[in-house]
Amino acid sequence: MQLKINGEAKEFSRGLTVYALLESLGLAGKQVAVELNREVVKKEDHMSVSLKDGDIVEIIHFVGGG
Amino acid sequence: MSEDYLVLGDKKFKSRLIVGTGKYASFEETKQALELSGAEIVTVAVRRINISDSSKESLLDYIDRKKYTILPNTAACYTADDAIRTARLGREAGLSSMVKLEVIGSEKTLFPDNEALLEATKVLVKEGFTVLPYTNDDPIMAKKLEDAGAAAVMPLGAPIGSGLGIRNPYNIRIILETVKVPVLVDAGVGTASDAAIAMELGCDGVLMNTGIAGAKKPLLMAEAMRYAVHAGRLAYLAGRIQKKLYATASSPFDGTIE
Repeated sequence: MQLKINGEAKEFSRGLTVYALLESLGLAGKQVAVELNREVVKKEDHMSVSLKDGDIVEIIHFVGGG
Repeated sequence: MSEDYLVLGDKKFKSRLIVGTGKYASFEETKQALELSGAEIVTVAVRRINISDSSKESLLDYIDRKKYTILPNTAACYTADDAIRTARLGREAGLSSMVKLEVIGSEKTLFPDNEALLEATKVLVKEGFTVLPYTNDDPIMAKKLEDAGAAAVMPLGAPIGSGLGIRNPYNIRIILETVKVPVLVDAGVGTASDAAIAMELGCDGVLMNTGIAGAKKPLLMAEAMRYAVHAGRLAYLAGRIQKKLYATASSPFDGTIE
């Protein structure tokens, strides 16, 4: 299946949860927030929410800003 | 002066200086500048993480969460919808409901799109956010934002990053007389006297980033701003003397030698 993550198309051989996606990107446990198809996925739901083909995911963190 | 607090939503702060974390040479310098500024609230931006390289250090590693309240901004959002989504992501990442709400109307001036700002404020207030909107020095808009439930209003002193200071102190004064929520000057401060002027007018606080980070010696300027905001606050509370055209002697006339 294909996901669009932070604007980039990525292929995955099998289905996965939000948590598994973060893990595969080395981001599990980091202070990030996830949006799935324009809606925030709360941290407590990362393990239970599954991603499907064509999903649009945004993963954000904090950077310096005013 | 021990009872003088800045109250934003359900939180109170001793420092009236809010500082940004952008444009520093390093995270280490950011950390030191925050420390020297005495600020208790620091703004951060919400951005996509680099998914191909997650090994990089994170800004939050340098900000002691016990000491500082994180204030995510919605900088670079040009629509109410983008600002709302960014605010929600910021809350999720930062576990704090405070947001510095920006909806920008023009890339060149970075002036706010007040119509979209008001719309986003209404939505986020309903969702329980402590909304701190960045707006023009327009008293009518400030009142509308207050009526929409904003926890403070943040009129610009001058365009973001311009260092032009408080260009319209009279409008800031009218805003102060118009709204009951705290008034924080956000943007335009170039040096210590600008911050002091904002505070002497009676503003409740000042938010700045470039004024410190862009100085030749950011750490020195961070310290200067700390004192400027504090001095301005004290002067406001003390009540300045009336301006007069002619002199009034400070020393007594009686007892001068002949």
